[in-house]
Amino acid sequence: MLTVTDIDCFYGDVQVLRQFSLSAASGEILCLLGRNGAGKTTALKAIMGLVPPRSGSVVVDDVDLTKLPAHAAPKYGLGYVPQGRRLFSELTVAENIEIGLMATGQGKPTRDRVLDLFPVLRERLSQVSGKLSGGEQQMLAMARALCTEPNVLLMDEPTEGLQPSMIAKIREVVVALKQTGVAVVLVEQRVDAVLPVADHVAFIENGMNRETVPVQQLRDDPSLLHRYVGI
Amino acid sequence: MDGSICMDFGPYLLLASLEGAVQAAVLALTAVGLSLVFGVMRVVNVAHGEFFMLGAVLAWWISNMLTGSPLFGFLAALIFAPLIVAGLAAVADRLILKRLSYDPEATIVATIGLLYIIQQGALTLFGPDARPVAAPFDFRVSFPWFGYSGYKIFVILACVLVLLGVWALLTRTRIGLIMRATQFDRETAQAFGIPVARVYTGVFAFGAMLAAVAAVLIVPTQQAYYLMGLDPLLLSFIVVIIGGLGSLKGTVLAAAVIGLSDGIITIFFDPTLAKILSTILVAMILVFRPTGLFGTATR
Repeated sequence: MLTVTDIDCFYGDVQVLRQFSLSAASGEILCLLGRNGAGKTTALKAIMGLVPPRSGSVVVDDVDLTKLPAHAAPKYGLGYVPQGRRLFSELTVAENIEIGLMATGQGKPTRDRVLDLFPVLRERLSQVSGKLSGGEQQMLAMARALCTEPNVLLMDEPTEGLQPSMIAKIREVVVALKQTGVAVVLVEQRVDAVLPVADHVAFIENGMNRETVPVQQLRDDPSLLHRYVGI
Repeated sequence: MDGSICMDFGPYLLLASLEGAVQAAVLALTAVGLSLVFGVMRVVNVAHGEFFMLGAVLAWWISNMLTGSPLFGFLAALIFAPLIVAGLAAVADRLILKRLSYDPEATIVATIGLLYIIQQGALTLFGPDARPVAAPFDFRVSFPWFGYSGYKIFVILACVLVLLGVWALLTRTRIGLIMRATQFDRETAQAFGIPVARVYTGVFAFGAMLAAVAAVLIVPTQQAYYLMGLDPLLLSFIVVIIGGLGSLKGTVLAAAVIGLSDGIITIFFDPTLAKILSTILVAMILVFRPTGLFGTATR
């Protein structure tokens, strides 16, 4: 379970997150929505420790990660699919996967299980990851994160620039993760892509979590989407 | 040219090429250290030449302390001088570069300061005199036209061996994978459990160690003194600019070109002409291909 409580984050002197809080239970899919520049990506980076919060706390399964270095995050169950994939583009597919496995000391069983989820990657293992198609790159970014065997998976715009079939595949994997008890925090611009799978939706505005609502409430009252996302 | 008095062109070219190959091999080893530090850490280490100098001076100090066979002293120097230099570099990284958060501009200024500290430290501890270091063995390889130092050929082979080792480390080991991942994207590397600060310390120490190994190998053909770091630094910069900052392949290739051409032009024409040509080459690379022949942009 992930619990973020009242974190403040800054880029230099500019405050990006203000008393930001959210929580995601095991097996829950939480979608974080907000306009451009609202602080969605920073929120995920803060949870990962890549933008260390100046105050507040980030707790995963009762372990306070707030003061730990960023590289400790995977060991405590945090997995990350960054915005824009951020693959090690000059490394091969196999090497990218190896980096994921090394993060938490996983081995061949994890590798095989992850590659079974994304069979196309098995055929591309020796290919340089920067030369993959956009969809394949996104699959690799997810595979790399899943190789860490996360309890909490943070995904930053995983459907960005992908064709519908690929979005469906990603949704399928996210639902499968939910069923194994992984908490998923999903940052998305495409509301239609995530609402079918989300359990809760949190709205972020000016670095603050304004509201967290069950997804059913959004279906009943779409005005929240208009207010916070502008659609 | 009269072959009975002077060598013919062919043998003369062979001799010049051998001299160039020695220079190229040592330069490649030194420059790979500089390139590695820039590639992984984005730090332009202006003190790199001083690590070379320190390796040479320590080689003199260690081999002088040990009486007996020069081979024994040389082997001790080859082991301990690079280790001491690596240790000092690791301390410098922790005390100086890490505190500057590896900011590219600030670390340039800091390593200039480090250059003077190491240089003046060597002057204070070891004095201003040039110190000879005995070669570990003395035999000549006989060609039909001339004899050539067996030790210099050993230097070429040893450098090639170390470079192959570096290549294997980077491409065939987990440590190498971690270094390459850090080089390509340090933030994402952290998100995947890579302790970037520790990687940086290790890389800075390793880069300095490579310069020290190169210095220990070549110092028996030169002399060790506290100002000897400047030339390797300038040549290393020339090589990494041509090859592409951070590209090991480019660095080795550029070192071969610069080293060989420098050796050949120096023997056939004039050392100044060799320097002029390499400077023109650098200028052209900077104008037409600023990232170097094999350089790539990183996050």
